[in-house]
Amino acid sequence: MLDRDEDILKAAEDWRKAGHGVALATVVETWGSAPRPAGSSLVINDDGTFLGSVSGGCVEGAVVTEAMDVIETGKPRMLEFGVADETAWNVGLSCGGTIRVFVEKVA
Amino acid sequence: MKLETLRELNAERAARRPAILVTDTESGEQRLVKAKDIAGDPLRAELEKQLRMGKSASVQAGGRRLFLNVYAPTAKMVIVGAVHISQALAPLARSLGYDVIVIDPRTAFASPERFPDVPLIAEWPDVALPPLNVDRYTAFVALTHDPKIDDPALLHAFARDCFYIGALGSRKTHAKRGDRLRAQGAKDGDIARIHAPIGLPIGAVSPSEIAVAIMAEVTAQLRLPPKEREQAA
Repeated sequence: MLDRDEDILKAAEDWRKAGHGVALATVVETWGSAPRPAGSSLVINDDGTFLGSVSGGCVEGAVVTEAMDVIETGKPRMLEFGVADETAWNVGLSCGGTIRVFVEKVA
Repeated sequence: MKLETLRELNAERAARRPAILVTDTESGEQRLVKAKDIAGDPLRAELEKQLRMGKSASVQAGGRRLFLNVYAPTAKMVIVGAVHISQALAPLARSLGYDVIVIDPRTAFASPERFPDVPLIAEWPDVALPPLNVDRYTAFVALTHDPKIDDPALLHAFARDCFYIGALGSRKTHAKRGDRLRAQGAKDGDIARIHAPIGLPIGAVSPSEIAVAIMAEVTAQLRLPPKEREQAA
C-alpha cells in the first residue's frame, strides 16, 4: 500500500507496445541508509528516456547505461552500488548505504 | 519481464487488486502472484507478510534467492464529516500517503476555505459514496455526529469491507448507533467492526490530537499482524 510512484509500469507497457526496447531496473536489496526502498524502480527505453528512480539521483546515470546493454543482450544483470565499492563502480551513494539493483529487459 | 506479465500486473494495479511479482534474481525467472492466489501459494507465509507490510523484500526460499516485489493499491481515506477534526485529519492522512476525500452534505462545512487542497464532495453519502469505489484498501471515518449522515455512510463501509471503520461518539452514543444500524439490517459482526470511541486511547483532547489518535489506530489496523491487531483494537 501507499505506492505513490508515478505510473512508470504503465509507461513501460506503452513503450513496449509502441515497439521500443525497454528495460526495468528495480532496487531488490538495501543495506544501511539507502535513499529509496526495495521495490523502487526505473524504466528506460532505447531512446535513453527514463522514468522513476532507484536512488536519490546518485546512480541513475550508471543504471541507464547498463540498462541499454540489457536491452541489447536481453540478459538480466544485478548491479551493486555502495561507497565501499569503488573498484566495481565509479559511482556511489553519498548517503553511505549500499543497494542492489536488478536490471531486466521487458521482452 | 515478459510483456504479458507486465500487462497482467498493470491490469491488477488498475483494478486496485494487490499482486506480488516473484523474481529469481539469479536466473531471471519470474511469476506474478495475484491476491486471490496467495492462499494456495507455496510462499504463502512470506507473501502474506510482505503484502501486509506493503514492503518489497528479498527472501531465501528453497535454496533460491527470490525478490518479492509488492504492488499494493494506494490506501484511501474517506472522511464523512467536514468538521474540525477532519481539518486536522485530512492533511495528516495525506502526509502518510493516503488519497483523502471528505464528504459532507452541509455546504457550510464542506467549503474549500476550510479544506484547501482536499477533494470535497458536498453531497449526501448515498450520492457521494457509490462512485468512489470504496474498497478493502480504504480507511473509513465517520465524524459528523449526525445519524442522518453517519449511519448510511457506515452501512456502505460495511458492504465494501473497508480495512478500517471508525465513528466518532461516546460509548453511549455508539450503543444507540448500534441499535439504529441493526434496525437497518447491519449484523452484529458489522457493528463490532466499528472503532468507537474512535482513535487509540492517548488522552487526546484537541481536534488535532484526536486526528493523531485516529491516524495511529488506522495505521495499527493496516500494519499489525491479525493477532496484535485485535489487541490494539
